[in-house]
Amino acid sequence: MFYREAGDFKTSYTEDSQTFPIKFDRYGYYVTLAVAFLVIPFIINDYWVNAVFMPFLIYSIAAIGLNILVGYCGQVSLGTGGFMAVGAYACYKLMTGFPDVSIAIHILLAGGITAAVGVLFGLPSLRIKGFYLAVATLAAQFFLVWLFNRVPWFYNYSASGQISAPERTLFGITVTGAETTAWAAYMFCLVFLVASAWIARNLTRGMAGRKWMAIRDMDIAAEIIGVNPLRAKLSAFAVSSFFIGIAGALFFAVYLGAVEVGEVFGINKSFLVLFMVIIGGLGSIFGSFAGAAFLVLLPVFLKNVLVGGLGWPTDLAAHLELVIVGGLIITFLVAEPHGLAQLWRVAKEKLRLWPFPH
Amino acid sequence: MPEQFIWGIEVFLNGLMTGVLYSLVALGFVLIFKASGIFNFAQGVMALFAALTLVGIMEGQVPFSHLINATFGTEIHHFGWHVPAWLAIILTMGVMVLLAWLVNKLIFQHLVNQPPIILFMAAIGLAYFLEGLGDMMWGADIKELDVGLPQGINTTIDEVTYNLFGYGFFIDNLDLWATGIAAVLVAALVIFAQYSKHGRAMRAVADDHQAALSVGISLKFIWIMVWSLAGFVALVAGIMWGTKSGVQFSLSLIALKALPVLMLGGFTSIPGAIVGGLIIGVGEKLFEFIVGPLVGGATENWFAYVLALIFLVFRPQGLFGEKIIERV
Repeated sequence: MFYREAGDFKTSYTEDSQTFPIKFDRYGYYVTLAVAFLVIPFIINDYWVNAVFMPFLIYSIAAIGLNILVGYCGQVSLGTGGFMAVGAYACYKLMTGFPDVSIAIHILLAGGITAAVGVLFGLPSLRIKGFYLAVATLAAQFFLVWLFNRVPWFYNYSASGQISAPERTLFGITVTGAETTAWAAYMFCLVFLVASAWIARNLTRGMAGRKWMAIRDMDIAAEIIGVNPLRAKLSAFAVSSFFIGIAGALFFAVYLGAVEVGEVFGINKSFLVLFMVIIGGLGSIFGSFAGAAFLVLLPVFLKNVLVGGLGWPTDLAAHLELVIVGGLIITFLVAEPHGLAQLWRVAKEKLRLWPFPH
Repeated sequence: MPEQFIWGIEVFLNGLMTGVLYSLVALGFVLIFKASGIFNFAQGVMALFAALTLVGIMEGQVPFSHLINATFGTEIHHFGWHVPAWLAIILTMGVMVLLAWLVNKLIFQHLVNQPPIILFMAAIGLAYFLEGLGDMMWGADIKELDVGLPQGINTTIDEVTYNLFGYGFFIDNLDLWATGIAAVLVAALVIFAQYSKHGRAMRAVADDHQAALSVGISLKFIWIMVWSLAGFVALVAGIMWGTKSGVQFSLSLIALKALPVLMLGGFTSIPGAIVGGLIIGVGEKLFEFIVGPLVGGATENWFAYVLALIFLVFRPQGLFGEKIIERV
């Protein structure tokens, strides 16, 4: 449906092509940003940051990255966990190797390194398609995790095989290490998330995004109308891995602080992020947020209700959580295969016309 | 060097037998993928679920006992009887057929005509669901499974090879049995698919859904049948792996091992699943034996994938897959 509102007149092409064409949405966006930047940092405590906000912010970045690859370019990837690990280890090596450089630059560089690795593992996508590619990306997942586990150079020969983030400051405020305050970690991740979402949104509605979508819809047809599949696919892998690498670096440096690669960046992480993208909605930036929020909040909610409320043993609650997550994924796919973003869109359109739909 | 060479042969044989077990899991994938286009990621969890159910029935466990005890404060665990293995296997098979019916009724009938990625996601959702359900029903502790298959070193082979080479090969009886059973199962499946009425119907559905419908084949029945067959294969795989290393969560990870097998063999080919399984099984064991010590070991985790990846770059449809023809 043509999503415009009567009375909201556009007088220039710039206005006509803005991201939020409807005033209400635009103000909603500004209010959300204002609340995220100006209100939440003052009222949150450690529990909320660690249990809800940090995973949400970081997974959102990862989901945006994966959504670019899967949702916009149509290349299914199961290597997210491995690429996040690349980001984390690149960040660690940079942090310990160049302690004087700002942490923000390290995280961006970690994203860049991950992008390079992503392009390398994206090369087979030129020959391999569909499920074969999905399984091929598992090679990246298992190989990278094995590499970080087995080559001591990556974890600086530490005895435990773990990597742990040294303390770093940004503008005089501690953002990594044990001394980090809740609001600082939150703000640090939030800035990265907003920047990522802004870049991703504008990339996907520009020429690059249209090329990706052409490839997704049918790569041979796209090639015929002049899209270079090599560049389109590899750029999708690069951009996607860049965001995922940043997410991995933040996950390690700011959120967890210490990481054992097999546990944190295993195959389950790949599936988790993929679920976020699917449940949220393929090919939608908003969907990435919705999916991340849903899958971060659900376990917290279930744990509070089952263990806190009903007093069940934790292992039973964990099993039930699996059952519920699995069941919900199936329910969602049956009810709305295009995810939360589509539900939201339909609801909005219905509400705009309500109560006089005709 | 000859000593190394003889060890190499032993590794090769063991790899071959591991490969047969990979093939067994991959076979379940191929059956469902051919008939319904669903990439059934839940195959590994189905094997786990089947093995858990089998142990649960044999031991006479009360299903959901943990849940019941937590909710009502009771202390029940067992019915207090033991079911013989053959009866338990039949009962478990019943459960798997019921599961096949439910999966089709509740999930995949509603997802007809959806793109493959959605079906794949639904299968992953099913995997999570079954994993949680299996643990809730029977408990998550590691269980021993013994249906009477012989275990331990095969002394005949040990003696014969000792006399021949001066070094006795270590080959597990269970592996030999597993190889035999898997071979029989594969042969039975091929005969079923080629010569029986329902097997023909199954192949017709695999070729073209609409054409199959138009000659009066019931898609619903075929899908339930295929899922039941996959459940049966999962049960056999579950018994093999469960006897070998105990019934535990890691059992469901063999599904991940079956994926490169499928890529190598082609998603739609039964012989492909078998040959692919053998290549992967032998390849990863030999690679670990020869290269593993140089790079720190545990290469089995990724070698299969990298092998399949390199292979696919040269032949994108796998060894025996149908040639991919793309049109605008």
